[in-house]
Amino acid sequence: MSEIDLETARKVAHLARIAVPDENLPALAQDLSRILTFMEELNEVDVTGVEPMTSVTPMRLKRRVDDVTDGDIQPRILSNAPDAREGFFAVPKVVE
Amino acid sequence: MSDLNKLTLAEARDRLRAGDVTSVALTEACLTAIDGADQLNAFVHKTPDLALERAKAADARIQQGDAPAMCGIPVGIKDLFCTEGVASQAASGILNGFRPEYESTVSAQLRDAGAVMLGKLNMDEFAMGSSNETSVYGNAVNPWKVDARNLTPGGSSGGSAAAVAADLCLAATGTDTGGSIRQPAAFTGTVGIKPTYGRCSRWGIVAFASSLDQAGPMTKTVRDAAIMLQAMCGHDPKDSTSADLPVPDFEAMLTGDIRGKTIGIPREYRIDGMPAEIAALWAQGADMLRDAGAKIVDISLPHTKYALPAYYVIAPAEASSNLARYDGVRYGHRAKLAAGDGITQMYEKTRAEGFGAEVQRRVMIGTYVLSAGFYDAYYNRARKVRSLIKRDFDTVFADGIDAILTPATPSAAFGLGEMANADPVQMYLNDVFTVTVNLAGLPGIALPAGLDAQGLPLGLQLIGRPWEEGELLKTAHVLEGVAGFVSKPAKWW
Repeated sequence: MSEIDLETARKVAHLARIAVPDENLPALAQDLSRILTFMEELNEVDVTGVEPMTSVTPMRLKRRVDDVTDGDIQPRILSNAPDAREGFFAVPKVVE
Repeated sequence: MSDLNKLTLAEARDRLRAGDVTSVALTEACLTAIDGADQLNAFVHKTPDLALERAKAADARIQQGDAPAMCGIPVGIKDLFCTEGVASQAASGILNGFRPEYESTVSAQLRDAGAVMLGKLNMDEFAMGSSNETSVYGNAVNPWKVDARNLTPGGSSGGSAAAVAADLCLAATGTDTGGSIRQPAAFTGTVGIKPTYGRCSRWGIVAFASSLDQAGPMTKTVRDAAIMLQAMCGHDPKDSTSADLPVPDFEAMLTGDIRGKTIGIPREYRIDGMPAEIAALWAQGADMLRDAGAKIVDISLPHTKYALPAYYVIAPAEASSNLARYDGVRYGHRAKLAAGDGITQMYEKTRAEGFGAEVQRRVMIGTYVLSAGFYDAYYNRARKVRSLIKRDFDTVFADGIDAILTPATPSAAFGLGEMANADPVQMYLNDVFTVTVNLAGLPGIALPAGLDAQGLPLGLQLIGRPWEEGELLKTAHVLEGVAGFVSKPAKWW
């Protein structure tokens, strides 16, 4: 049985960039523990010498010519931005 | 000319070509049905003006004799597909207000073939769910009803399934990462096929788990599935995983003759606690295929038991990576910030407000299994188990099995809200028969085969060899014919 403690839950939430209020951490830790316990059934499987799957269909990925095929669509790129200014995506100040 | 919305896709196509019905009339019938079905909450963004414009263009095309099979057919599009200028938000609050500047390849192929989009369909948020209860739009409701309860249409393509079953459209698009086309099809008495991984381009479909996601049609009949799948498939240079293989004429392959085929019955799918009705339906399905000339053999897929836990490592891992893009910068929701909040607070608040509980849970599980120290124990181990699951299928196909027959779901549709207090893992068990197919990249089809004692539809699943959707559809078409499922939900909405 996997146990996720509150500190680990807090750390995972931060790594995932999701704000989780402190009062919700116990429930989150419990959910994560249950799901991880379920995943631990995989430990029963003998995977000695088995390669992890990288591609489900044994096909070579197609290559294409490295050409510019579009561009000059700045207004369309920015059209859905919550905050776009002077042709840029705007975000809160990153550097003091 | 009433009830045109109740036509099958094939009937509508034939009547359009014969000139005894117009696309405008079909479209108007569907728009009327949609406006009368708000209780089902299937269509969440309606596009009637666009639909009528496209219907008129389709009628002109048909008159000129330039009519591909989908020309003039009114369809619904799952909200996961980006549609140019039309809201596309994967049923998530984080994509509130998003109007793509582009059209997904699959919906563009349908549009270019003359299909008429009626609007966008409800679904579970980011396709994560098996009951359409994680949607920012609220629950979609199953048109099938046996008592006072509202039932789930399944998920994640719940809106698509409800819309097709209720005759709000002639067909719809769905997507399937762990069963999201096949489970809702089974819950609503409709047909849904997930093609081989790589058959349909994923470009422009909001990504959940990229190594598992595939689009497919949801229809009233197997023939309709063949027609619509044909229009959705094909190589796309914009998706490097889309297969550069010829697409056969699927409908032409529905010959009705499956003599000599070998159908496998996997013993590991006889799970504990399987309802007797589902076990009986499965046995009847095998008998029907035998009577039609197929050979039925018992097979073993020994790693089946590990498919769900492997899936619930791999899918959240990929999701945590794919959903990193929703950060409040380029599109969708951005949280209101407090004085002094920096970019990290912007990300954290935006994602906390924009993502629902199940999506947050899966993103965090994915983050955990990919984090330093756990990557090998969880993610790499799951990928190795995935290789073994695929090997199980490779082995039975090499031994001469043409297709595999299983139940589609472990139960009939359940009531909305009934799983609200269940452990998240309980909900995941809905995918127990379907998820192996995604892990192995195979084509799978769910079709209605009977009613349970309450009067709710039950589905069977057929699993085919890679790239052999045509043969799979042929077998499904025979089973559909023998099973003779013709029930429709009685209109209460």
